[in-house]
Amino acid sequence: MTTVSLTVNGQSVTADVDPRTLLVQFLRENLRLTGTHVGCDTSQCGACVVHLNGQAVKACTVLAVQADASVVTTIEGLAQGGELHPMQAAFREHHGLQCGYCTPGMIMAAVDMVNRKGSNLDEQTIRAELEGNLCRCTGYHNIVKAVAAGAQAMVQNPVRQAAE
Amino acid sequence: MYAFEYHRPTSIGQAATLATEVEDVKFLAGGHTLLPTMKMRLAAPASLIDLSQIAELHGIERSAESITIGAMTKHAEVVNSSEIRESIPALAEMAELIGDPHVRHRGTIGGSVANNDPSADYPAACLALNATIITNKREIAADDFFQGIFTTALEEGEIITRVSFPIPSRAAYAKFRHPASRYALVGVFVAERGNDVRLAVTGAGADGVFRVPEMEQSLSRHFAPDALEGIIIPPEGMNGDIHADAAYRAHLVGIMARRAVQAAASRG
Repeated sequence: MTTVSLTVNGQSVTADVDPRTLLVQFLRENLRLTGTHVGCDTSQCGACVVHLNGQAVKACTVLAVQADASVVTTIEGLAQGGELHPMQAAFREHHGLQCGYCTPGMIMAAVDMVNRKGSNLDEQTIRAELEGNLCRCTGYHNIVKAVAAGAQAMVQNPVRQAAE
Repeated sequence: MYAFEYHRPTSIGQAATLATEVEDVKFLAGGHTLLPTMKMRLAAPASLIDLSQIAELHGIERSAESITIGAMTKHAEVVNSSEIRESIPALAEMAELIGDPHVRHRGTIGGSVANNDPSADYPAACLALNATIITNKREIAADDFFQGIFTTALEEGEIITRVSFPIPSRAAYAKFRHPASRYALVGVFVAERGNDVRLAVTGAGADGVFRVPEMEQSLSRHFAPDALEGIIIPPEGMNGDIHADAAYRAHLVGIMARRAVQAAASRG
């Protein structure tokens, strides 16, 4: 067993883990943060995307021990005080999901996209940037609309953006 | 995946010593090939040595003649480096075609080069740009480093520390991406430095990355797409699989070579 200490959604966490424990397993099974999903488990689908030190990563392809001393944000860490993050609200408003399985990863990828590329995202940029996130229901159309609207909303509501 | 012991040294010296002391070691860089391989039980090392906390393996340095990139530098750092964008834009553009944004936040140049996947992008860049692979023991020219699929000149326990790229006068990379895996079905990197032209192909060769001397000689006389007219790449020695047969890949080499030369030539 190896001891890991990290910050998850603002809370300090310390645990003894088998080194082969994946970050996504640690989040879901140790911390019971089951909003982060396991889809393909082969770094293709993006259902497991979380932020590691402020960058989107596929948590199925990171060991929990590699995240030692890091800051992790999951989908559960986005909403503040019971109010949805602007990107979450945009996905609801624009019906950016059907079954919802890919949604946590889509939203974490979308927030990362805005952090890197700014809030004025054209359709081509959004589609290219989402290539690491697969959706099997929607055909992406409403997801792209939701990301564009959520990006704008993040700028109009900088307090909540800073809280992320 | 099977259980393993995990080590996280903070210096190259510590990592090298550990590698001689513990059994059946693999070095862990970004983990985006090694961890999936271990999940599929195609690899089951007894020990992993995580190189992420070794400060000497990070960072990008520019001199008048070259760009030197620390082995643990992530693809996204290469994409966003203003030094690389200014001196070897083709290298930053190539890094932006690897995987997806999340993969580029983890995958490293050292890991990609050490793995030498026959469809990876960095081996083509290293070979075309005449890079030097620097390890904790020696310096190895790219021409000597890549020795066939998943095979390199690295010895047991040898650690890539940096990769140094001479700055070309112009260069470009043209990639035909597999739409699902995002690896290169065929990728061609071309670089001109003075009168020297080097052209390297990834994704196509049954034996991994390779140069095309006939194209290089013709391009060194006249650096334009029409210099490649009449040069036929035979399907013998090409990789064939369910995605593309050998003849298709051979044909694509010519197409991607012309596109790469066109892109490099348009840099003026």
